[in-house]
Amino acid sequence: MTNSIEELEKADVILVAGSNTTGMHPVIASTIKRAVRSGKTKVVVVDPRKIELVNHAELWLRPKPGTDVAWLNGLMHVIINEDLHAKGYIAERTEGFEDLKQAVSTYSPERVEEISGIPKADLIEAARLYAKAPAASIIYAMGITQHINGTDGVKSVANLAMLCGNVGIEGGGVNPLRGQNNVQGACDMGGLPNVFSGYQPVTSKEVREKMGRAWGVESLPEKPGLTIVEIVDGAVKGDIKAMYIMGENPVVSDPDSHHVRRGLNSLDFLVVQDIFLNRTARLADVVLPACCFAEKDGTFTNTERRVQLVRKAVEPPGDARPDWEILCDLARHMGYPMSYPNASAIFDEIASLTPSYAGMDYARLADGGLQWPCPSKDHPGTKYLHKDGFARGKGLFHGIEWISPAEGTDEKYPFLLTTGRVLYQYHTGTMSRRSVALNERYPECLVEINEEDAERLGIKSGDKIRVSSRRGRIEATASVGDSVDLGTIFIPFHFAEVPVNELTIAALDPIAKIPEFKVCAVRVEMVGEE
Amino acid sequence: MDKDIITLTVHGKDFLGKVQGRKGQTVLEVLRDNHIHVPTLCYHPKMPPYGGCRLCIVEIENMRGLPPSCTTPAVDGMVVHTHTDRVFQVRKSVLELLLAYGDHNCLLCEQTGNCELQDLVYEHGIEKIRFKSDYKSKPLDDSNSMIVRDPNKCVLCGRCVRACLEVQVNGVIDVALRGSDSCISTFNGMSLKDSNCVFCGECVSVCPTGALTFKQARFKGRPWELKKVQTTCTYCGVGCQMELNIKDNEIVKVTSSHEIRGPNVGNLCIKGRFGYDWVKHPDRLKTPLIREEGIFREASWEEALSLIAQRFENIRVKSGPDSIAFFTSARCTNEENYIMSKFARAVIGTNNIDHCARL
Ligand code: SF4
Ligand code: SF4
Ligand code: SF4
Ligand code: FES
Repeated sequence: MTNSIEELEKADVILVAGSNTTGMHPVIASTIKRAVRSGKTKVVVVDPRKIELVNHAELWLRPKPGTDVAWLNGLMHVIINEDLHAKGYIAERTEGFEDLKQAVSTYSPERVEEISGIPKADLIEAARLYAKAPAASIIYAMGITQHINGTDGVKSVANLAMLCGNVGIEGGGVNPLRGQNNVQGACDMGGLPNVFSGYQPVTSKEVREKMGRAWGVESLPEKPGLTIVEIVDGAVKGDIKAMYIMGENPVVSDPDSHHVRRGLNSLDFLVVQDIFLNRTARLADVVLPACCFAEKDGTFTNTERRVQLVRKAVEPPGDARPDWEILCDLARHMGYPMSYPNASAIFDEIASLTPSYAGMDYARLADGGLQWPCPSKDHPGTKYLHKDGFARGKGLFHGIEWISPAEGTDEKYPFLLTTGRVLYQYHTGTMSRRSVALNERYPECLVEINEEDAERLGIKSGDKIRVSSRRGRIEATASVGDSVDLGTIFIPFHFAEVPVNELTIAALDPIAKIPEFKVCAVRVEMVGEE
Repeated sequence: MDKDIITLTVHGKDFLGKVQGRKGQTVLEVLRDNHIHVPTLCYHPKMPPYGGCRLCIVEIENMRGLPPSCTTPAVDGMVVHTHTDRVFQVRKSVLELLLAYGDHNCLLCEQTGNCELQDLVYEHGIEKIRFKSDYKSKPLDDSNSMIVRDPNKCVLCGRCVRACLEVQVNGVIDVALRGSDSCISTFNGMSLKDSNCVFCGECVSVCPTGALTFKQARFKGRPWELKKVQTTCTYCGVGCQMELNIKDNEIVKVTSSHEIRGPNVGNLCIKGRFGYDWVKHPDRLKTPLIREEGIFREASWEEALSLIAQRFENIRVKSGPDSIAFFTSARCTNEENYIMSKFARAVIGTNNIDHCARL
C-alpha cells in the first residue's frame, strides 16, 4: 500500500476493485465501513461478485471477469473528456500523459459497456465520483493481479490514481491488499529471483559486492533466477534437480496442479519444511518440522509496510524448530558458518544491509511497529509514500491496451470460472481446516453459481456438481444465489479435496509472471450426467 | 492562551482541585484524562457514549438532577462533584437492581476476576441485595463453538450492540423488547449461528460481565492465571496486533485492545480471534521424516540435515547451483525469509528463489 490503513477513514472516496475485503481483510473492511458510516466516505465497488461491501457502497460496477484494463481505461476516458483530471499535478509530477490520453481515447463508455458489461451511465458516475473527491483511495487485490494482463491492470490503477492527483496525499493512494500475512516481508527480504533484501538488484555489481562482503563469500550469482512457475517447468524438463520448499503448499495453491505434481515428482531430491504434512510435503524425500508463529520470535511486515514483532508464546511440539534455526544448522552442515543468538540479531543484520529497514531494531518495533522506508534510527517511519515526489523523479503514465483473457468461453466450456478465498478459510487450508470454529462456519467447498444459470441446468443449492475445464475436473457442492453474475462461477481454493487448481490455467502474465487464476473456461453439470 | 482549553473544578473521591480539558469533550472524558475515577458501566472508549446505565452520574453545580458524565458536554467553569452521598446511593441502588434482575453467581461464572460488574459491586460495598424480584432465568445461546451468550448475566449496557454496529459495522444484534423483558437479540431472535454474525468476537471483547464469553476458553484458566503475549496475527496481511492468552503452554484465547498500537486498534476477525486451535493439533509435525522405499520414517535432526547437505552438495557439484531451487514463504517471518535468501545465494550460489506472492 502506498498509504496506511488508518487513512481510509480520511478518504472521501474509496474505489474497491477486485478485493473481497470483508472476506480476505476483514479488519480493513470494518475500517472502510466505519468510514462510510461516519458520512465522510463514499465507496465504489468494482467486482464481478456481489461482495458484502456492495451493501455499503454508493455504486457497484459489475464487470465481466478479465476486463479490468478496459473499464479502468473507460474511467480515465470519461475523466479526461470531462476535464476532471488534475492538470497541475500532472504537469508538475508526472510524464507520459499524452501517451495515456491517446491510449484511453478509444475507450468510450459505449465501447467499455460492450467489453465489460458495465452500463455506460454507471461508468460515468463512478468516474465523476472518483475524480471529484479531494482524496480518493484505490484498494485492490488478487482480482486485479491474477490475470494474464495483471501487470497492465496494476499499471492502469496507478494511471488512474495519478491522473487525479491521488498519489502522495493523505487518504489517497494505490493500495494493493496482500493476501498472506507476510507476502510483503517475503518480497522485502529478497525472497524473489531478481533482488536481495530491499529490492536491491542481483544484477548490480556494487550490490553483489556489498552483500558478498557481509555474507563472507567471494562472489554471488548475477543472473536473475527463475520464478515459481518457471521452477516447476524446469523441474518437469529436468533442469531443476532439487528443491527446498519452506512453508508453502504449491500442489494446492499453484495453478494447474497436475503440472506442479509432475514437476515435484520429477525431482531427484525434494525437501519440505512445514508445520503439517500437507500435500506437497507428502511428495518430499525429507520433511522437516517447523515452529508456527506462536512458537518463535520474529517480524512480519503487513500490507501497509508496517514491520511488527512476532513473539514466542508457547513451546513447539516435539523436535520442531524455528525455520531460521534449521536453515542455519543446514548451512553449517554444508560447511558455511551461519549462526545467530536469536531472531533479533538476524534483524540487525537485515537492517545493516537493507536501506529501507536501516532505522529499525526490535526495541523500536516493540510499540506499534514501524512503516518502511525507515532509513535511520531517528526516522519515524513512513505513513504514505511519494509525499515529496516519486522515487524515479516523475510518475510515468503508461498507455495500455486491453487484451482479452487467455481462454475464452465456447460451446463446450461456456462458463467463466473465477477462484478466490472466503472469510472462514485461509489459503490452502492447512491451518484453518484444522480449526473447529472456522470449519463450523465453512465446512466444505461451495461452488457459487447464478440462480438463473442454476435453474436452466436444474441445479439446486446442495446438489453435487461437476466442473470441468480443458485441464481437469472436480466435484463439489453447489451454492445458488446472486453473488456471481450470469455465466460465471466462483470456487474457493482452500480445499485440497476439491483442487480447483486442477482446472485453472498456468498462462502467465509476461511481466509479473502471475498465473491467470481469475479466469478460465469451464463446463458445469450435475454429477451423474456425462 | 489556547481557546479550546477549558477548566473544571472537581470534588472527587480523593481529589479536590482544578483540571483542564478540551472543548468538545464530555465531563467523563475530562475526568478520565486527569485520572479522576468515576464508575462506569455502559461507557467504552472505543465507541460513542450511550448514557444508559447511570453509574457515571455526577452532581454539577447549577445543573439540575444527576447528569451522566459520559454524555454531558464539559463546559468551562463547571464545578463537578463525583462522589457525593446522593450520587453514591443512586449508584448503589442501580447496582442492586442489576443484581436482582439477573443471575449473578460469580462462583459459577467464567468472568470472575475479570468482570466490571463484580468490581463495581465490591467498590460500592454491597453485601446483600435489598430488592426482591421474580426474575425468571432465560435460555442460553450455546449454538456455536465460539461465543456463549448468557442473558442472565446481561446488564443491558448495550456495549455489544454498539461494538457490532459502530465498530465492526455488522449490525447483527440490538436491544429487543421493553421493560423487564428487554434483552439483547439478533434479528428475529435467531441463534447467533443462524444470524448474520461473522464471529469477529468484538461484542465479547467489550462485554463488561460474563454475559458474553469465549467458549473455547471456558474452564481453561482464570483471568489471573493467564499470561498475555502480544504478537502479530499469522493469517492475512492486515497484521492485527493480538494477545495470545497462555496457560500451561496452551493458547487459551486471543484478545486485543484499543490500547495496543497497531493497524487494527483492537479489532480482530474470526480467523485471528478463533482460528488458533490448529497450533496444538495432533497432526503437527514433530520430528524430521526421511522417505525410505516410498514410506516416511522418523529421523533425528542430525541424520536428516546430514542427508540433505550431502545430496545438495552432490547435485550442486554434478549439475551446477542453478539446478537447485528454493520456495521461500509468505507465511514465515522476515528473518526466515532473509536467511533462506542468504542460504540460496551464499551457500548454494543460485538466485532460484521465489514464493507465493504472486498467488
Ligand atoms: S461476533 Fe461480531 S458480528 Fe457477531 S454479534 Fe458479535 S460483534 Fe456482531
Ligand atoms: S451482553 Fe454484555 S455487552 Fe451486551 S448488553 Fe449485555 S452486558 Fe452489555
Ligand atoms: S485478525 Fe483477521 S483481519 Fe486481522 S490479521 Fe488476522 S486474519 Fe487478518
Ligand atoms: S457510563 Fe455513563 S450512563 Fe453508563
